[in-house]
Amino acid sequence: MSTTESGNSSTESEVSGLDYEETQLTLAPPGGSKSEPERKRGFSESVDLRFGRPALEAHAKDPASGSSDGPVSGAGKSPASKAQVVGWPPVRSFRRNALRSCTYVKVAVDGTPYLRKVDLDAYAGYQQLLIALEEMFSCFTARDYTNERRLVDPVNGAAYVPTYEDKDGDWMLVGDVPWKMFVASCKRLRLMKSSEAVNLAPRTPQGCANAR
Amino acid sequence: MVGGFRWAAMFPDEVWEHVFSFLPADADRNAAALVCRAWYRIERRSRWRVFVGNCYAVEPAAAVRRFPEVRAAAIKGKPHFADFNLVPSDWGGGAEAWVEAMVEGWPHLEELRLKRMVVSDDCLELIARCFKNFKVLSLVSCEGFSTAGLAAIAANCRNLRELDLHENEVEDNCLHWMSHFPESFASLVTLNIACLEERLVGLLHRVPQLVDLGTGKFAAQHHPELFSKLESAIAGCKNLKSLSGFWEAGPTYLPAIYSVCEGLTSLNLSYATIQGPELIKLISWCKNLQRLWVMDLIEDDGLIAVAASCKLLQELRVFPSDPYGAAQPISLTEHGLVAISAGCPMLHSVLYFCRQMTNAALLTVAKNCPNFTCFRLCIMEPHTPDYITRQPLDAGFSAIVESCKHLRRLSLSGLLTDLVFKSIGASANCLEMLSVAFAGDGDAGLHYILSGCKNLRKLEIRDCPFGDKPLLDNAAKLETMRSLWMSSCSVTLGACRQLARKMPLLNVEVINERKRGLPLELQPDNCPVEKLYIYRTVAGPRSDTPSCVWILR
Repeated sequence: MSTTESGNSSTESEVSGLDYEETQLTLAPPGGSKSEPERKRGFSESVDLRFGRPALEAHAKDPASGSSDGPVSGAGKSPASKAQVVGWPPVRSFRRNALRSCTYVKVAVDGTPYLRKVDLDAYAGYQQLLIALEEMFSCFTARDYTNERRLVDPVNGAAYVPTYEDKDGDWMLVGDVPWKMFVASCKRLRLMKSSEAVNLAPRTPQGCANAR
Repeated sequence: MVGGFRWAAMFPDEVWEHVFSFLPADADRNAAALVCRAWYRIERRSRWRVFVGNCYAVEPAAAVRRFPEVRAAAIKGKPHFADFNLVPSDWGGGAEAWVEAMVEGWPHLEELRLKRMVVSDDCLELIARCFKNFKVLSLVSCEGFSTAGLAAIAANCRNLRELDLHENEVEDNCLHWMSHFPESFASLVTLNIACLEERLVGLLHRVPQLVDLGTGKFAAQHHPELFSKLESAIAGCKNLKSLSGFWEAGPTYLPAIYSVCEGLTSLNLSYATIQGPELIKLISWCKNLQRLWVMDLIEDDGLIAVAASCKLLQELRVFPSDPYGAAQPISLTEHGLVAISAGCPMLHSVLYFCRQMTNAALLTVAKNCPNFTCFRLCIMEPHTPDYITRQPLDAGFSAIVESCKHLRRLSLSGLLTDLVFKSIGASANCLEMLSVAFAGDGDAGLHYILSGCKNLRKLEIRDCPFGDKPLLDNAAKLETMRSLWMSSCSVTLGACRQLARKMPLLNVEVINERKRGLPLELQPDNCPVEKLYIYRTVAGPRSDTPSCVWILR
């Protein structure tokens, strides 16, 4: 697992474009495979900062932990799965959705009738987002063509370029701005046929390298 | 009872009805109804307000038949843990059976409050058409309806006084449903639509008499004139006491409500991602606040400011802005809670989400606030000990229950052993509702609770090592309670079967969402039960169970 993508957007490794090894498909739900472990590690790290090692040891049911009453079987969970406990913390789903509502965006694919929704906050960067899109519309294979991100439908060879509508209503190519800025300004996503994408604002030659 | 009959006849029925009208609680009316047949008859004909805490505890027709003069009804459906996705979505809680019975038997119904129920548009249309004097509709944490159903309410309920729709899953298919409200809407006093978009400014001009306003997705479009329009519209609502909503509203819009802040007794900013400094500025205007709901973005500093300004504060809820912990840590700790407990002498109800706690802080809070009626603490990481001493938080929560003799509701969190349950069982004599998660060492913990807590009505437990023995040993207790929820504990199917056989007045619902394996009837006694919901009922087993729910008899 790459340690360069630990959620710190100022050192995005996707500057170099899609790394083929890292786009290898795994059997996991969209967006879940690559980004979840990083989120969990980030969470455990923040727990470490606050509580120090002993707390984590108690969680892991270490009998030598020294805490007077260790957690009992059946009730404890391993640290890695903690972030996924269903219904915990006890926040109403209505409220949970409300907190995320500003980062949920619709994803449309040219030529298909169905819409999906993604939560941009669930991804640490463009790479994870593209992998998620690829898995979501499972007909695609992500390819890298000279610093551009494209998704290719293997059936008809049509190439799709991920684009988004920003808060000003303009359609832009995904990947030009730093990730956090993209998350804040993206209203919806559209996988546009490459032939149509030529009408969009042209990229700066070193668009990706400007990511800060 | 011969003696009872004689003295009841000393006065005409109307006199007894008048006497009963002074009885403050349903429990008192229930007790009066048991004295003699005459009182039963008189009481039932004069009860106009009914609360049904579990929609499956009684047949709708039976309730309507017993109390024919009801004007106000409140009904609750799904178990509380449904709010956190622990209950299958098709579990039940449909409102049709109740609405149909009420339309039939309570044509003069004025007020209906439903919580955690599945309400269809057909239900809303029935309500709108059939109750000619309908005044109050409150739907909280409900689902199954759309804005088309709300349009029917808006169009037909000409005397609507209160429309409270907070935290529902509503399908928004009728954009202009509020245009169905009458042009001059002088009766509306409460409007809480915190689940929908709306055009706030235009609305406020039509209902300047509003006392309680809950906005929905108040979209903060950057129109310079929108701000001043909003400011004057809100200022026009001279009676405003309660304000909530302001989703996605940036801090630039907050000053629009400054003019009404001094009159506010209730403020809910728990959907507004406003940072500490702006919150402090706003709240400093709200000297008369009794209820405050905020996000943890207020931080300790903000709570210290609240403790200094809001001396009338009775209820505080602090919600997590980032429950799943991926963002930067927020500086909201036990210090904020202690500050509030010290500065607000009228505080009696707290819901507090945080990431760290100490026994010392809880002891201080217990000493400062012996009048707590509701204390819900959620330390977000399960099994978190006192972060300074590394000890379980038994001592802290024990202090709370020992000091707060009027405590009716308690939610526990953090690292806890059976000791805390011993204290609760022994001291929490007024406790009616207890929520437990990731706590305890074994059966003794549950036994302490079920054998103590003489006023316990609702017990909900998840992920605790409690098994069959305390349940079976305390079976009779379950009939004195409204309901018990247990999930991810150590209960077996055999114990549930025994319980169901022993206690005919309980519905023992076993919920098993995994579709593989034998059907429940063929599973052995030692099969573990994933989710268990037990409730007392006079209606027998319900007929609307989905495939994942078995009612054992």
